[in-house]
Amino acid sequence: MSTEITGATSGVASRSTTGAGPDRGAPAGPGGRPRRSDRARAEARLGWLLAGPAFVVMLAVTAYPILQAVYESLFRNRLTAPDDRAFIGLGNYGVILGDPVFWKSLGVTTGIMLVTVAVELVLGFALALIMHKAVTQLRGLLRTAILVPYGIITVVSAFAWFYAFSIDSGYVNQWFDWVPGISPDLNWFAGTWTSLFVIIASEVWKTTPFISLLLLAGLAQVPSDLEEAAQVDGATWWQRMKRVVLPNMKAAIMVAVLFRALDAFRIFDNVFIMTNGANDTTVLSLLAYRTSIGRLEIGLGSAISVLLFVCVLIICFIAIKIFKVDLAGARGEK
Amino acid sequence: MASITLTDIVKQYGDGYPAVNGVSLDIKDGEFVILVGPSGCGKSTLLRMIVGLEDITSGELKIGDEVVNDRAPRDRHLAMVFQNYALYPHLTVFENIAFPLRLQKGRYTEEQIKDNVEFAADTLELREHLDRKPANLSGGQRQRVAMGRAIVRDAQAFLFDEPLSNLDAKLRGQMRTEIARMQRRLGTTTVYVTHDQTEAMTLGDRVAVLRKGELQQVASPRALYEQPVNLFVAGFIGSPPMNFMPGEVHGDTLRLPFADLPMPDGLRERLGGRELVIVGLRPEHVEDARVLDDHKRAAGTTFEADVDVVEWLGSELYAYIPFETHADVAAKLEELDRDLDGEGMRTQVIVSLGSESRVRDGSRATLWFDPRRLLVFDPESGENLTYDEEAARRIDSETEEDRRAALERAQRDTARAGERESVSAGDARHRAG
Amino acid sequence: MGALTAKQKWAWAALTVAVLVYALFPVISIMATSFKLPSDLNTGKFLPTTWTLTNYEQILAPDGSAQELFLSSLRNSVGISLIATAISVVLSTLAAYAIARLDFPGRKLVLTTALAVSIFPVISIVTPLFNLWRSIGLYDTWPGLVIPYLSLTLPISIWTLTAFFRQIPWELEQAAQVDGATTWQAFRKAIVPLAAPGVFTTALIAFFIAWNDFVYGISLTSTEAARPVPAALAFFSGASQFEDPTGAISAAAVVVTIPVVVLVLLFQRQIVSGLTQGAVKG
Repeated sequence: MSTEITGATSGVASRSTTGAGPDRGAPAGPGGRPRRSDRARAEARLGWLLAGPAFVVMLAVTAYPILQAVYESLFRNRLTAPDDRAFIGLGNYGVILGDPVFWKSLGVTTGIMLVTVAVELVLGFALALIMHKAVTQLRGLLRTAILVPYGIITVVSAFAWFYAFSIDSGYVNQWFDWVPGISPDLNWFAGTWTSLFVIIASEVWKTTPFISLLLLAGLAQVPSDLEEAAQVDGATWWQRMKRVVLPNMKAAIMVAVLFRALDAFRIFDNVFIMTNGANDTTVLSLLAYRTSIGRLEIGLGSAISVLLFVCVLIICFIAIKIFKVDLAGARGEK
Repeated sequence: MASITLTDIVKQYGDGYPAVNGVSLDIKDGEFVILVGPSGCGKSTLLRMIVGLEDITSGELKIGDEVVNDRAPRDRHLAMVFQNYALYPHLTVFENIAFPLRLQKGRYTEEQIKDNVEFAADTLELREHLDRKPANLSGGQRQRVAMGRAIVRDAQAFLFDEPLSNLDAKLRGQMRTEIARMQRRLGTTTVYVTHDQTEAMTLGDRVAVLRKGELQQVASPRALYEQPVNLFVAGFIGSPPMNFMPGEVHGDTLRLPFADLPMPDGLRERLGGRELVIVGLRPEHVEDARVLDDHKRAAGTTFEADVDVVEWLGSELYAYIPFETHADVAAKLEELDRDLDGEGMRTQVIVSLGSESRVRDGSRATLWFDPRRLLVFDPESGENLTYDEEAARRIDSETEEDRRAALERAQRDTARAGERESVSAGDARHRAG
Repeated sequence: MGALTAKQKWAWAALTVAVLVYALFPVISIMATSFKLPSDLNTGKFLPTTWTLTNYEQILAPDGSAQELFLSSLRNSVGISLIATAISVVLSTLAAYAIARLDFPGRKLVLTTALAVSIFPVISIVTPLFNLWRSIGLYDTWPGLVIPYLSLTLPISIWTLTAFFRQIPWELEQAAQVDGATTWQAFRKAIVPLAAPGVFTTALIAFFIAWNDFVYGISLTSTEAARPVPAALAFFSGASQFEDPTGAISAAAVVVTIPVVVLVLLFQRQIVSGLTQGAVKG
C-alpha cells in the first residue's frame, strides 16, 4: 500500500503518513515520535467515518450472534418447553461430544471437505491451464462456460444432480449400466457411499470454477519467460509444471485451497436437498440446523454452532501456522 | 560446442506477415555473432527460432551437422540468457544455477553438481551469494546468475537476448567486458541479440545487421563501419550516426550542401549516369580546420558552415549544422530515419571535433574532411556505390585471424590455470587484462 | 504464437467441447427434465419423449398449482437480494474508498474483519438469529433476511472494491483540478468513470451470492411473506399431495437460472476480473 495519499475530494489535503516528515514541521513528541498532525487526525476521522458503517455492520451480523450463541449454549433451553430453561454450564457440550452422531457427522463433513478440495484442485488446475493456454477467441467462450456453474444457485445444482441420479427420474443408471456396480435398479440415495458420491459431484461441479479462476490468476502471475527458460534448460512439460510453475503459484494454490476447504466444511444445501441426512450423510451444518430450527433445541443447537465455529478456527489455524498461508498477503494487503 | 547454420529461415505469423524473411547465416564453432537491428527487425524472433521457442515456418536450421528444425528446445542443448534474466524466484542462486543439471535425473551426482555450480559461481564471482534468493540480488548479480545457469552445463552454444538492456549505463559497460571475457575463455559459440550498436561493435567477431526481417550485411565490426553495403547499415553503425546529404553531380564536380568536390577518377565510373546521389560522411571524419597543420589541411577539403548548437563532452565536441536537403532525396532519407527508429526532426549535419576546437554556438566555422572517406549511395536502392568488396574481405580475414589467436590464447591460459588448480576469476581477469 | 497446426486445432476443439459439456451438462439435464410429463419421468431417458410446457404452466400460469408459491418466492428473492446488494455496495464503496485512499489506523483491521467474516460458518449464527428474530419480530420478514445477507455480501464487496480502487490513478483527479475542474467536477469526470466498472462488478458478484443463499432462507422464514426461491424449491409439492413435484421444481429451477446465464454471458470479463482481483493479488 502506498504511503502517499493524494488529495481527496472531501477536502482532505495532500499526502502524509502518520509519521509526518520533517518538512511538515510536525513537532516531535516527548518520546521522540512525531506527533500526529491535525491533518493526519482529520484524515483518520474521515477514514473511520467512511469505513465505520461497514465495519459495524459486519461485526453486528456476525460477532454479536456468535457471542449470543456462546451464551445460549450454556443453557438448557428448548423452545417447546420454555419454562425448563436453566443454566447448565458446559452440559450441552458434554451431551454433544458424548454423542456418536456428532462424531459421525464431523467425520462425514471432514471427508467431504478433503475429497472435494482434492478433486477440485486437480480439476480446477486443469481448467485453469486450459483457459490460460487457450487462444484469445476461445478464452472468452471457455470463461463464460465455466462461470455458469459458479452463478447457478447451489440448490438448483443439487436438484439437477439429484434428478439425474434418482431412481425415479434419472437416466444415469441407464447410461452407465456397463460400469460394474451400476444397474437400472441401483438406488443411489439408499446407501451412504453412493449418496456421498452424488453430493460431492454436485459440490465439485458447482464450486470448481471458483478455485480454477483463483488458480488462473495465479498462473498468470508466473512470468512466461520462466517457463521458456526452463524449456531451454532442458525441462520436460511435467518438469516445468512441477519445478517452475507450481512452486511459483504456491501462494495462490494455498489461498484457493483454504477458501474452498472452509467453504466445503460448511456444506449444507446439497445434503439438505439430496438426502436430508439420511443414511449417515448428516453433516455438521445440517446437524446444527436440525437441532435448533427443526427440534427447537436452542441450547444444544447453539453449542453445535459454537463447535462448528471452533472447527473453522482450527482449520484456519492449521493453514496459517502449519502451511503458512499468507491470506492477507495473497489477497493484496501488503 | 558446435556451429550453427541457418539456411533461408522464414518466420511467418498467422496474418502472413514475415517477421523473419529468408535469413541465411553460418556461425562458426566458437564464434561470437551479434544479431543487431532496430526494434521489430526480427532479431529476437530469429534467436527464439534458434533456441526452439518459436516454430520455423520454412528453411533449415542446423546445429553442428544435425537439422534441428523440429526438435524441442530441451533437445537442442543450448543455453540462453533472457532479457529479464528469467531467474526462478523460488530457488536460491545455487539451485538456479544447478537447475539445468538437476533436470537430467541421474546424470550428475550431488558432488558433480556442487563442483559445477561452484566453478560457475567462481567464474562469475557469485560465491558469497549462493544461498540468497534472486529477489535479494542487484541487477548485475541477477545478470551473472543468469549467465551462471548458462555456463554450468556443456551447452552447444550460448544465446543472449538483449541481456544488458535492464542495467544502468555503467554496469552495462562492465558486464559487456565480462561477457566478452567469459566467451573467450570458454570458447563457446555465442549468438547475441541487441539493438545497441556499441554492444554489437565491441562484442562481436561478426555482426549481422537485420532490417524488417531481412539480413542486410554480415561482417566484422570494422568492415561494417568502413564498408557498409547500403544506407541502412551505414546509418545504423556508428555513433553519432553518419550524416547523409544530397550530392548533385555536375560534370566532374560533386556538389554538396556545403562544398563542391572534384570527383576522384574511380568514383566517376561507379556513379554511372546518376545525377543525384546520397553522400555519407561520418561525424568523426570532420575536423576543425583551425587546429590542423598545413600538411594535413592540404590533403583534404575545407568548407565554411554556420554552427547552430554545440555540445562539449570533454573528450570531444559535437557541432550541429542545419541544412536544406534536396527534395528528391528527402523522402528516402525520411524513410531511412524511420527504419532506424529516428524521430525525423530536422536535417542537420553532426560533426565530432576535437575538444580543443573553439567552435561555439552560432559561430561560423571552417571545417575540414578527407573526400576519400566519403561514402556515396544510390538514392533509389540505397546501395553503397563506393563499397569495396576486396577491402571488406581483407578486414574480415584479419579479424578472423585475431579471433583465432585470442581464442587460443585465452584457452591456453585457462588450461594452464587449470593445471595450477587456481581457477579464480581474479587471476583470469588479471591475465586477460 | 504462430498458426495452430491441424492437430492442435483438433485438440483444442476437443478440449473446448469437454469444458462446455462439463459446464453446461447439468443445466441441460434439468432443462430436459423440466419439459417432461410426470409419466415420462421414470423412463430412464435423457430427453423427454413428448415435450410439454405443463410444468411451466404449473409455476407461471394464473391457475397453476404452484404459481402463488413460486412467484411470491421469486418476488422475495429479487427484492431481498437487490436490497442487500445495494446496501453492501454503498457501505463497501465508502469503506473501500477509505481503505484505498486514506491513511488511518485500523485500515488493516477492517480488511481483516472482512476476511474473518467471509470464512464464518453461516449456520453458526443462524440459531442465535432465529431466536433473536422471533423475539423482536424480524422472523419471516424481508429485513430479517436482508440483515444476515450482509454478512455474506459485505466482506467480498469490500475486498473486491478495495482491489479495484487501489488501481485507480488518483492523480487524475488532481490533474483535472489543475486543468480547471472544480472538486466535484474532477470527481465526477475523472474518478467516477474509472470507479464505476469496479462498483458494477462488485454489485454483480454480491447479487449472485445473495441470490444463492439457502441456509438463511430456509431457517429464518416460514411463509410466502419472505421465503426466497432456493428455500421455496425445497418446499415445493406437486398439484396434489401425492403428485411428484419434480417437473415443477425443474421448471422453476430453469426460470431462476436463466437470468444467471444471461448475466454471465453479458459480463463474463467483469465477473472474472472481480473474482480474481479481490482474491489473489500480489
